[in-house]
Amino acid sequence: MLRFAPAATAALVAGPILAGLAGVLLPAFGVLPALGGDAPSLDPWVRLLGQPGLARSMLLSLACGLATTAVSLAIVLAFLAAAAGTGWLSWARRVTGPLLAVPHAAVAVGVAFLIAPSGLLARALSPWATGWRQPPDLLIVHDPLGLAMMAGLVLKEVPFLLLVSLAALPALDPARRLAIARSLGHRRATAWLKVVAPGLYPLIRLPVYAVVAYASSTVDVALILGPTSPPTLAVAVLRWFSDPDLSLRFMAAAGAVAQLGVTLAALALWRFGEAVAGGLGRIWLAGPDRGIAERPALAVGIVAMSAVVLALGLATTGLALASVSWRWTFPDLLPDGFTVAVWGRTLPGIGAALAATLWIAVPATLLSLAAALAVLENEARGGRAGPTWLLYLPMLVPQLPFLFGMAAGAETARLAPGAGLVLLGHAVFVLPYVFLTLSEAYRRHDPRWIMLARTLGASRARAFWVVRLPMLLAPCLAAAAVGLAVSVGQYLPTLLLGAGRVETVTTAAVAMASGGDRRLVGAWVLAQAVVPVTGFAIALLLPRLVWRGRRGLRDGGA
Amino acid sequence: MKRFNRLLAAAAAFLLSLSPIAAPAGAAPDAGDWPAVLREARGQTVYWNAWAGEPRINDYIAWAGREAEARFGVTVVHVKLSDTAEAVSRVLAEKSAGRSEGGSVDLVWINGENFASMKRNGLLHGPWAEDLPNFALTDPAANPAVREDFTVPVEGYEAPWGKAQLVLFHDASRLPAPPRSLPALLQWARDNPGRFAYPLPPDFLGSTFLKQALIGLAADPAALRRPVEADRFEAVTAPLWAYLDALHPSLWRSGRAFPASGPALRQLVSDGELDLAPAFSASEIAAAVLGGELSDSVRSYTPDGGSIGNVNFLAIPFNAAHKAGAMVLADFLLSPEAQARKLDPQVWGGETVLAVGRLPAAERARFDALALGPAGLRPGEQAPVLPEPHPSWMEALERGWAGRYAAR
Repeated sequence: MLRFAPAATAALVAGPILAGLAGVLLPAFGVLPALGGDAPSLDPWVRLLGQPGLARSMLLSLACGLATTAVSLAIVLAFLAAAAGTGWLSWARRVTGPLLAVPHAAVAVGVAFLIAPSGLLARALSPWATGWRQPPDLLIVHDPLGLAMMAGLVLKEVPFLLLVSLAALPALDPARRLAIARSLGHRRATAWLKVVAPGLYPLIRLPVYAVVAYASSTVDVALILGPTSPPTLAVAVLRWFSDPDLSLRFMAAAGAVAQLGVTLAALALWRFGEAVAGGLGRIWLAGPDRGIAERPALAVGIVAMSAVVLALGLATTGLALASVSWRWTFPDLLPDGFTVAVWGRTLPGIGAALAATLWIAVPATLLSLAAALAVLENEARGGRAGPTWLLYLPMLVPQLPFLFGMAAGAETARLAPGAGLVLLGHAVFVLPYVFLTLSEAYRRHDPRWIMLARTLGASRARAFWVVRLPMLLAPCLAAAAVGLAVSVGQYLPTLLLGAGRVETVTTAAVAMASGGDRRLVGAWVLAQAVVPVTGFAIALLLPRLVWRGRRGLRDGGA
Repeated sequence: MKRFNRLLAAAAAFLLSLSPIAAPAGAAPDAGDWPAVLREARGQTVYWNAWAGEPRINDYIAWAGREAEARFGVTVVHVKLSDTAEAVSRVLAEKSAGRSEGGSVDLVWINGENFASMKRNGLLHGPWAEDLPNFALTDPAANPAVREDFTVPVEGYEAPWGKAQLVLFHDASRLPAPPRSLPALLQWARDNPGRFAYPLPPDFLGSTFLKQALIGLAADPAALRRPVEADRFEAVTAPLWAYLDALHPSLWRSGRAFPASGPALRQLVSDGELDLAPAFSASEIAAAVLGGELSDSVRSYTPDGGSIGNVNFLAIPFNAAHKAGAMVLADFLLSPEAQARKLDPQVWGGETVLAVGRLPAAERARFDALALGPAGLRPGEQAPVLPEPHPSWMEALERGWAGRYAAR
């Protein structure tokens, strides 16, 4: 029965994606019976092309996708080059977990508070350095070039890329490679960039593509930090989709297909960039240079990574402080007074939203975990692997077009929008991350343990439940924590599939983040971070507790 | 014998309990027979679709839900809207799909163009509002505003709930003498660029500011009481666009970005990025000051010549599944206790529609006891209320503004 696991899981994932594709392509060409669209027509595209600022929106999304990924990748590679062979690596390993736990919207709100003209950075420097007694009238947050949005995205993508790189490094045996390169006269960071980085990139190619796709189609970060007139394409499409005037749905569908085109173009351009970088890199590799890249790499690596960690820490602390503050005007660096009244007022609402969030996140994560385990166990038993690349599809596609299609499809199939549909949507988007986290540990698990169990008379199922699963407790919990974090941070699936009726902490936080009492926003944003942080804490501590007397089992066996 | 009596009692109870089921589902409850309405409402769940952009209002709605559950057995679900037009299109879609009972919207917080649209398309249940026991407390004879919604007669299709009157608020420690007229505002903005903003239309506050400016600048304000005529629109609104063209370069961020909503404006004033901004009511500002959101030196005022004021209402769609529960909820929200709690700046700071002076002494005491704080205005202190233009002007203004200033 386990034989069908890969096919079933692939169907679970690909089914909604394909339905989503159909559900967005048909209305884009005028076919949506529920709204009276019966005959195909190009009218939605004509209306779309007539929208002011469309070209600029598309260009913004494209540029943001490419620039964010390039900057994040550069920072991560520079840091790893500078940290090669030093104690910085183990520090990085410890620090990425908590950094990843903070959801996108929370980071965006924190960054907004940090860099705004009346924000923390300006307050720290005023009035002694800048002479400002009032905040300057500078367009930083919502700037028309999207730089604030890119900054917010970089802060979140750097820990993600760092994590996947650290996971992939051991397979390359970097120590040996570095030793050989240094014995040939290369300096440390240059050696790393020349012999380890080219081997590392193919291993993290998939997550890098996921970053390109996400950065070119994000909605929550764009709403909080991105330009407003015109907005990025994804935000514009969401506005048309939510407009009470239902005839705009067709144009919104056309816009969603255009968004898909922009993401594909970004991925194609990135691939082209890979080829160019590869060609240039080969010339550099074969050349006589032994250390030109040394100083800049060290500087960029350490400074940029420290800046990222510092910014994330300051952003979170600033919001935490704001949530318990009484009055906090510019240019005070600390609030006037403190109060817990705000928390008291919001706690009932936060409690209800957290309950709704968990009702969706826990089942979705468990479902994904079960599916991932089924697929991996089937693979370990020697079954046919099946199209596992399909499982990564939800990570690589821009969410907006497919969710749009899924929502339209559900409407046509008369499925009521609500928690059930949202749960399914979340499970689809959580599965790739759970699978990615778990597969590494699963494949490294020594098959001889199972062989031993079977020679002692256990059936395959018993061997799985009694031997393999307990040994993989730590990786399973880590995958579950990642799944929980991803589900809690989902904004679009909850909004579109729940038709605005399901309120999770993320939808509430993004709704408040557009401007409003910062104390309330701070409280909601911290509430948003509670679940993932708790998840990661449990994933870290529970194996230590359970395997108290068995040190060998703490990291998942060997 | 005892057993037979018990059986008889059980049968009688069972038969009595059948009576609400015996009545055809969806038969409109008659608001004139209030005890029957209360009986029918018990156990119902009312889906109250209300704009959710203001956290204090959401907390008040949650309180009202708890009270309705405790007192009348009516469960309230607050369906959060970012725009009331969403509820209107949902009911319209249900009507087009032929769903004439068991609709998903039971009660809508509504006024203006949305009410006009629902009434025009036959989407409302009614008339029912004037039969509510607490309706008489609004003293409609002396306050005709509760019978008219943006020049459209209400005729009992919606029950009044609250009032709003546009005010401007400023931080007196940074701006002791704020401009009190539109030309003075333009001059002050030019002298102090980047210190004033209004929210991005079609946010309700932004659109109301546009209407306030149009009333002050139009050559013939009487034309605004009539529906907009496409060929005359440009001529009537030309002074408004000229004024905004002159004002925008002196706005916050030079008009390249606009704050998203009223709460965003309050945070900007609190941070020190703005000195002056519009708001929906003086008591709302008083509530913000008492709650620590704005500093103690903030004050509100109405411009010379008065400002736009309107009443907002609660309406029941024609196909609502729980009409009795909705009526009971609307009546509770009109009660002096609920209205006083609404006005209390510690809770919301929303104006009341009741004629406070004509209430019985015990109920009037609830209002007199409210401490409005330094920023509040007592009922007699407010400037004249200018009536709202015809609802068609709002849509036309929003479209005109978007065409000129939205994407550049």
